[in-house]
Amino acid sequence: MSTKLLLDKAHIAGIETFEIYRKEGGYRAAEKALKSMTPDEITEEVKKSGLRGRGGAGFPTGMKWSFLAKPEGVPRYLVCNADESEPGTFKDRFLMEKIPHLLVEGLIVSSFALGANTAYIYIRGEYAWIVHILEKAIAEAKNNGFLGKNILGTGFDLEIHVQRGAGAYICGEETALLESLEGKRGNPRIKPPFPAVKGLYGCPTVVNNVESIAAAVPIVNMTGDEYAKIGLGRSTGTKLISASGNINKPGVYEIVLGLSVEEFLMSDEYCGGMKNGKKLKACVPGGSSVPILPHDLLFKTANGETRLMTYESLSDGGFATGSMLGSGGFIVYDEDQCIVENTYNFTRFYRHESCGQCSPCREGTGWMEKLLWRLDNGQGKMEDIDLLWDIQRKIEGNTICPLGDAASWPVAAAIRHFREEFEWHVTHPKEAMERNYGLRKNIYVAPTTAGA
Amino acid sequence: MKFNETELKEVERLARRYPAGRQKSALLPVLHLAQVANGNWLDTDTMDYVASLLSITNIEVYEVASFYSMFNLKPVGKYLFEVCQTGPCNIQGAKDIIAYIEKKLGVKEGEVTADGLFSFKRVECLGACGYAPMLQLGEHFKEHLTPEKIDAIVDEHRKKAGL
Repeated sequence: MSTKLLLDKAHIAGIETFEIYRKEGGYRAAEKALKSMTPDEITEEVKKSGLRGRGGAGFPTGMKWSFLAKPEGVPRYLVCNADESEPGTFKDRFLMEKIPHLLVEGLIVSSFALGANTAYIYIRGEYAWIVHILEKAIAEAKNNGFLGKNILGTGFDLEIHVQRGAGAYICGEETALLESLEGKRGNPRIKPPFPAVKGLYGCPTVVNNVESIAAAVPIVNMTGDEYAKIGLGRSTGTKLISASGNINKPGVYEIVLGLSVEEFLMSDEYCGGMKNGKKLKACVPGGSSVPILPHDLLFKTANGETRLMTYESLSDGGFATGSMLGSGGFIVYDEDQCIVENTYNFTRFYRHESCGQCSPCREGTGWMEKLLWRLDNGQGKMEDIDLLWDIQRKIEGNTICPLGDAASWPVAAAIRHFREEFEWHVTHPKEAMERNYGLRKNIYVAPTTAGA
Repeated sequence: MKFNETELKEVERLARRYPAGRQKSALLPVLHLAQVANGNWLDTDTMDYVASLLSITNIEVYEVASFYSMFNLKPVGKYLFEVCQTGPCNIQGAKDIIAYIEKKLGVKEGEVTADGLFSFKRVECLGACGYAPMLQLGEHFKEHLTPEKIDAIVDEHRKKAGL
């Protein structure tokens, strides 16, 4: 189960240089794509691979590419989303730091498939030192004929530029990212038109996550059919998971989709189990936006099936008893952590990051933050819990971009699964300031199949 | 603040990366450059200067500078500790680290030490969740923070400043 397609060479000394990357078989996919494939053939391979967007939404990458409008005489753009800002997520950073040429090669292959002669990497402003790593890799690729004019004598031209953001979670949303790249505030655009038709500078644009673009390299090298054989069902290939929280081995792991959640968390190959022998309380498996799962719903679904690291299995049970794979930001909480405090913390984050365009999000996140602060600080009332539920319901689905949903889901899931802990904060305000609630008492009982 | 020749060349290089007439795209990178050149923050004169360089209106610069959290619109220390307080850092002791930094520097969040060297602010997730708690200092991350590490960072930068 330990197949690696992206990070298999990331540990090799000097792999960040063109010389070593090339010596280790790098830029073979770029040669193959540009010299022996047509753009449509590459898109077809990506479609066959079943690759789904690795930024969080999981939309099929090949399909996204095929939506790109191709009017005569209008430039097309590929924009790489390296804004990675979802709490719990630090995988793209790892890939770009360790093996930057993989991203550069992925951009060459993808740009050729899309007919883009300019690609921008929009990287979050805080990853300042990675800008230098990427610009060095781009310069090396250019010096070796893989970028610039008439690449490898094929007549294909490509320039890649690295654009640094300046601290705004919202710029990970693709239309906010495009606004920011145009030198504006990161306010998401109303869709349609979608970027595939009107994106950067009003031109057809594809925005893909770092990991998705990098995955084009193994897909071209091994073919889409072979890539699709790795993984499970519609969750094909490998996925980078950023693991954090109360575990023995936090870090970035490349897993084959289909690995069980239990093995990922408990085995020495990955997270190495709970730190200090503590008990597992909960896990946010796909970045702060996705529903938190209590310990009794993490390794098994409500139906008693083994929970797997796939798009389907993690969302099994819907929001009632499931969650999402999301960006792969896997945050683990032990028995000493407070769910109310964590929910307050995430909500404060979303209030801070709301761009302010849509009232439900701008006002709602602020109200939720205030209510959660009260509950966390021993000043909450029982009706605050219902009010919180009501507010999150009124944000979800009522905003231009998914930040509203992202702010609502963690609150909803926390109340859904840990209501008793919220109530205890109200009934035991003093005690709640001194100690944590611990594990939840009402263990989930799988519903009977009666009536099914 | 006015850019020196090297900085002006960098502005030109940045503006050339976009199609003709789209030099406004260089705004964020140029503001980063201006902030460093202006002692780690952006005053109105600096923002107006950036506007003139990119041939855009002043308000187009203000509205952007005020949107992004990395642009400081008030003076900060020469060394600004941007300490992450979000979820994964929070459960790994970010609150204690922030309290320690406050005590160590002897200033409240947003204030600058008397020697002008240090200030701190709490920020939201910086993408170092597996290496928590952490802070950003200039272009780099300081991770797996402990009080001892904070002491060392402060000492190192005091020395750097010749104190």
